Amino acid sequence: MGKVIKVGMADLNVCVSPDSITTLGLGSCVGIAIRDPVTKIGGLAHVMLPDSSSIRNNTNIPKFADTGIEELVKQVVAKGANRGRLVAKIAGGAQMFAFQSKNEMVRVGERNVEATRKKLAQLKIPVLAADTGKNYGRTVIFYPETGDFVIRAVGKPESVI
Amino acid sequence: MGEITLEKMSNEYFDVLKELGNIGAGNATTALAQMMQCKVDMAVPQVRLLEFKEMGEMMGGEETIMAGIYLGIEGDITGSIMFLLEKQAARHLVNKLMGMQIEGEEFSEMEFSALKEVGNIITGAYLNSLSGLTNLVIYPSVPDLTVDMAGAILSVPAIQFGALGDKMLLIQTQFFDDMVLDGYFILVPNLDSYGKILSALGLS
Repeated sequence: MGKVIKVGMADLNVCVSPDSITTLGLGSCVGIAIRDPVTKIGGLAHVMLPDSSSIRNNTNIPKFADTGIEELVKQVVAKGANRGRLVAKIAGGAQMFAFQSKNEMVRVGERNVEATRKKLAQLKIPVLAADTGKNYGRTVIFYPETGDFVIRAVGKPESVI
Repeated sequence: MGEITLEKMSNEYFDVLKELGNIGAGNATTALAQMMQCKVDMAVPQVRLLEFKEMGEMMGGEETIMAGIYLGIEGDITGSIMFLLEKQAARHLVNKLMGMQIEGEEFSEMEFSALKEVGNIITGAYLNSLSGLTNLVIYPSVPDLTVDMAGAILSVPAIQFGALGDKMLLIQTQFFDDMVLDGYFILVPNLDSYGKILSALGLS
């Protein structure tokens, strides 16, 4: 059994088999797991917002889907993953509350997922599986050994995508 | 008025928010006591500016099951307010309010609406004191309630703070009746509303 590496909110990290990597309680944030299936090197990012383009002096790279995914790719490649073999799985982007508001921040979960898919497509990293949207929180654990992305939610059976 | 970020906020403003939190939570405690028809005490609220990573840990871990009540604010200022309560404490309040003991894991529909009402009254009392102190008109929206992991619930206000900076302002209040209830208020004014709150208090 390897170690379990923890990733916080607006955070990212890399992980080599047999270790696994987890982030707890994803709500409207999105968890992006990528790995190279040959070297079994992977990484996980927990992003909060879709894009950094409207923010001046972005000092928190992992907070945004665009900069966070770029950094995640950079770090797994630095660890020895092959850039061309990378594949991704994503989870999160829930809408936790239903209240109606003019504020478009309410749709942020959905926009986070859109931005994540857009960035991954731009980097030509295929999304093999996704469990996104709905209205509940998710804890995820990623195993770079098998590529299993385990998802736990309150009052629901554990699932693997 | 220049760009406001939480990091740049003066100590003075922080003290004002602390005081607002104190008075708001005090009013909320009174409302709670009236609703439950018993004595409820309150510890001095703690106002904290936390990194996103620290939030979940503070509430006993990101996976702690909590009840979160969230509502929008319209009027002179706009934004949202959230009140969080640990699941056991929420259960305790609902049982007391409904005058019965239910032990099940899940909340029934009736308990859910009772809990929503508790949240409504508590956040309403908090907003009333904010409105009274600032003379600003504040209309709360219909609240929504969810019972889920702390991290997932907190992601909602965290994302709104995230658009401004890397920290989040949280007011922790402890209520006591026959047990200790840890409650958390998170007020998220929209960017232009910070200025309005400040000038209403004569601070800008």
